[in-house]
Formats: sequence, C-alpha cells, structure tokens
Amino acid sequence: MIMLLTKPLSTFGKYLLLMGKTFGKPDRWRMFFKQYIKEMNQLGVDSIGIVLLISFFIGAVICIQIKLNIQSPWMPRFVTGYTTREIMLLEFSSSIMCLILAGKVGSNIASEIGTMRVTQQIDALDIMGVNSANFLIMPKIIGMMTMIPILVAFSIFAGFVGAYATSVIGHVITIEDLTLGLQHEFKEWYVWMGFIKSIFFAFIIASVSAFYGYSVEGGSVEVGKASTNSVVSSSVLILFADVFLTQLLS
Amino acid sequence: MIEINSLYKSFDDKEVLKGINAVFENGKTNLIIGQSGSGKTVLMKCIVGLLLPTSGNILYDGRNYVVMGKKEKMQIRREMGMIFQSAALFDSMTVLENVMFPLDMFSNDTLSERIKRARFCLDRVNLIDAQKKYPGEISGGMQKRVAIARAIALNPQYLFCDEPNSGLDPKTSIVIDELIHDITEEFNMTTIINTHDMNSVMGIGDNIVYLCEGHKEWQGTKNDIMHSTNEKLNSFIFASDLFRKVKEANQ
Repeated sequence: MIMLLTKPLSTFGKYLLLMGKTFGKPDRWRMFFKQYIKEMNQLGVDSIGIVLLISFFIGAVICIQIKLNIQSPWMPRFVTGYTTREIMLLEFSSSIMCLILAGKVGSNIASEIGTMRVTQQIDALDIMGVNSANFLIMPKIIGMMTMIPILVAFSIFAGFVGAYATSVIGHVITIEDLTLGLQHEFKEWYVWMGFIKSIFFAFIIASVSAFYGYSVEGGSVEVGKASTNSVVSSSVLILFADVFLTQLLS
Repeated sequence: MIEINSLYKSFDDKEVLKGINAVFENGKTNLIIGQSGSGKTVLMKCIVGLLLPTSGNILYDGRNYVVMGKKEKMQIRREMGMIFQSAALFDSMTVLENVMFPLDMFSNDTLSERIKRARFCLDRVNLIDAQKKYPGEISGGMQKRVAIARAIALNPQYLFCDEPNSGLDPKTSIVIDELIHDITEEFNMTTIINTHDMNSVMGIGDNIVYLCEGHKEWQGTKNDIMHSTNEKLNSFIFASDLFRKVKEANQ
C-alpha cells in the first residue's frame, strides 16, 4: 500500500518543486512578453481551427440527436435548442474541449520541452544563468490560461452555428424553434462558469505537460513516453477537477 | 583561474570522482582527457554546476562555487560560456537570434548595440553570412561555430567545451580547436575542454589533466606527453599506430 502511494506522492512533490521554480519574477520582462505572445499564438491561435471544426460538428450532432430521440409532441418546441445550448455551455465547450486540447496542446508542450531537455538546450539555458523553468514554462501556462476563454467562446459559437446548420441544410428543426430554445431561460452565469472551469483546465494542461517534458531523461523514446503520459495525466486530472468545479460553481 | 580541491562525486554507491585536485589557469587551453567512463563529463558537470559534488571545493578566482548561495551562483553562471557536444542551439531561433539570446537576457544595451555585438561574434567565427539561417539549415561544424559565438557573446571569463570535436571531420575539428585556442588567448579566458580527440591534445593542450577511473592520473602540457613515463597515460594516448609512430620518431 505504501509502495503504491510512494511514486505518485514523489511525482507530485517534484511537480510542486518545479512549479515553485517556474513562478517567479522573470529574468527579463522583455523576453517574457516575447515568449508569452509566441505561446499565445502557438498554443491558442493555432488551436482555433480544430476547436471550430469539432465544435461545429458536435453542435450539429447534439441538435440532431435531441430532435430525433428526445423531442416528442408532448414536449415544448424549445427543448432541442435549449438542451443543445445547455450541453454546449455547461460541458462540451469547457470540459470536453479541454480534454481534446489536452491531446493537441499537451503533447505539443511535453514533446517540445522534452526535446529541448534531451538536446541539452535546457542545460544551455541553466549554464547561462537563465531560470529555464521560469523562461520556458511560465509563458506557456499564462499564455494558455489567457487564450482558453477565447477558445471556449469560439467553441460555443461554432456549436450554435452547427446546430443552425442542421436547421438550414438538414431541415431537422425550424430556425424559429431552435432560436426559441437557444434563448429560453438563458443564464449568463453558465457562460462564466465555462470560462472559469476552462482556466483551471488550461493550468492543468500546460503545467502537467511541461512537468513531464521538463523531467525527461534519456532520448527520443522517453520524449514519446513523456508526451503520452502528459496527455493521460492531464486528461484524468481535468475529469477530476471537472467534478469538483461543477459542484463548486453550480 | 579555476581551482578544484579534493572533489568527490558519488551516484548512490558508485564513486565516480575520487578526490580530484587540479588548477586551470586563465589564458590557457586546459584539457580534461580520459577514457569513456573515467569521469570527464561528471567532472565538467560539477565544475559548471549542473551536478552538486559530494564533497570538495571548486574555486572560481577564489570564489567557492560549491558553498555559495543561489544568487551568487547565478552571477558566476553569467560569467560562463559553454559549448555542448551537440551544440545545443535553440531550434526555433535563427543563428543571429541564438547569438543574441544571452545579450537579450542579461545585457542592458540597446537593440542596435546587441545586434552589433552578435554580428561581431558571428564575424569572429566566420559565420556572418549564415546569420538568417536556422540551426537545422547549417552543418554540424557551423553549428559548433555558432555555439562558440553564443558562448563568447557576453565576454565570459570562463569557457567550457564538452567534446567540441565530436562528430566533426578532422579538418573541421582543427578549425574549431584553433578557434577556441585563439579566442582563449584573445579574451584571456579560463578555458576547459573535455575531449578524447588526440589531435586536440597535441594541437592546443596548454594544460592537460588525464583522468583514469575517477582519479587524476597525470597533469602536464602537450610537450610533456611525449616524454611521459606514465604507463596508463601512454597506453591511452598512444593507443593508435599513428601516435605511436609519432612518438617513436620524436625519440
């Protein structure tokens, strides 16, 4: 039992130590902002395409499924639009989208930092007197946390566009019924809840992936393993955090 | 000048460095040589601070690097330049940006002054034409020269080179060796090179430390090697036919 706990506790301790090293005053603010802008572009802007694509189709599919399987003559006309909106706002655009981003962005961060580790680029930074964790990881975490609410907003928007597409192209539902549902008893807090949750998830994705990349020892095989571990760990942590945050914010 | 006193380093039960004492003077090209597994890389990592020694002292011009605080260590690190075996250039930056990086981080100069200094360093290693290229677009020898330019950008007092000739053809190796040697004299730096390239030993070895199984087995100059009676050193240096014949011809 103790042996089972030792490794996770030791890993968690190392993660905390790395975060302690990461969060501090940058050696040079000019360089920090340069990296910050670069990371926002690489981690956020470059993810907009996949977010829009997935959200569009999921929005469309939710709308079709609800209309075909839930909607009945005994239910109000707004049910399909209403349910589509609630799913997009409460779970898909924040939590599920972050799980998808854990795969795309998480593996990117872990493999980039891991490759820098095995090719001695991180050693080079350390020898120059640069706090390598602060220089490499902090801009990624803050850049990701800055961009994620924007990605969530794009996701919600694309999901609704997908739902409208089923109406306009597939004639699954009338535009009036869908609009009525999307506007029915709208609670602005749900949007904020999605943003707040996603910011926590962004921290998990960026910090956990950076930890796995930074801790790589060995060669390309270990970089691959670190990349896989980062995606698995951040996904599991996002799911755990989702349970607590949903309970806390609802 | 860098002084090493009674330096020990162990990994779990295995003692890799066993009481090394050595002095590396400034303005000279100091070489650490030895067989694979003799502790050269561990010694170099201890000197630059990537590994903490088990015991012993490392003095940078009298300043004990082992016991000093984090801030003082950072300060000393800014006086160091290092050339890695793999060059360790930043892939996402151009050659010019790589050389400018230490200046961007630690210099208070204006942008135009930083660019001027970086171009001067690139010019010093004859790579001014490659300034807009990325590391992946240039040869291994050129990457090493960029690493040298980056290492000298901040006018370091101490230059460390971990197997700078590894993976290079003999002609390019000589170019790199001569460049390091000339820069050391020009900027009066304390240079330590970790190598097992015998051409480097015979070409630029002002002060050579030979490690064997974690001990300092021998210390001297390239001229002393020819007359050394140390059996372990001789079996290492004159392992190849070529060097054996050179020694015989000298005698």
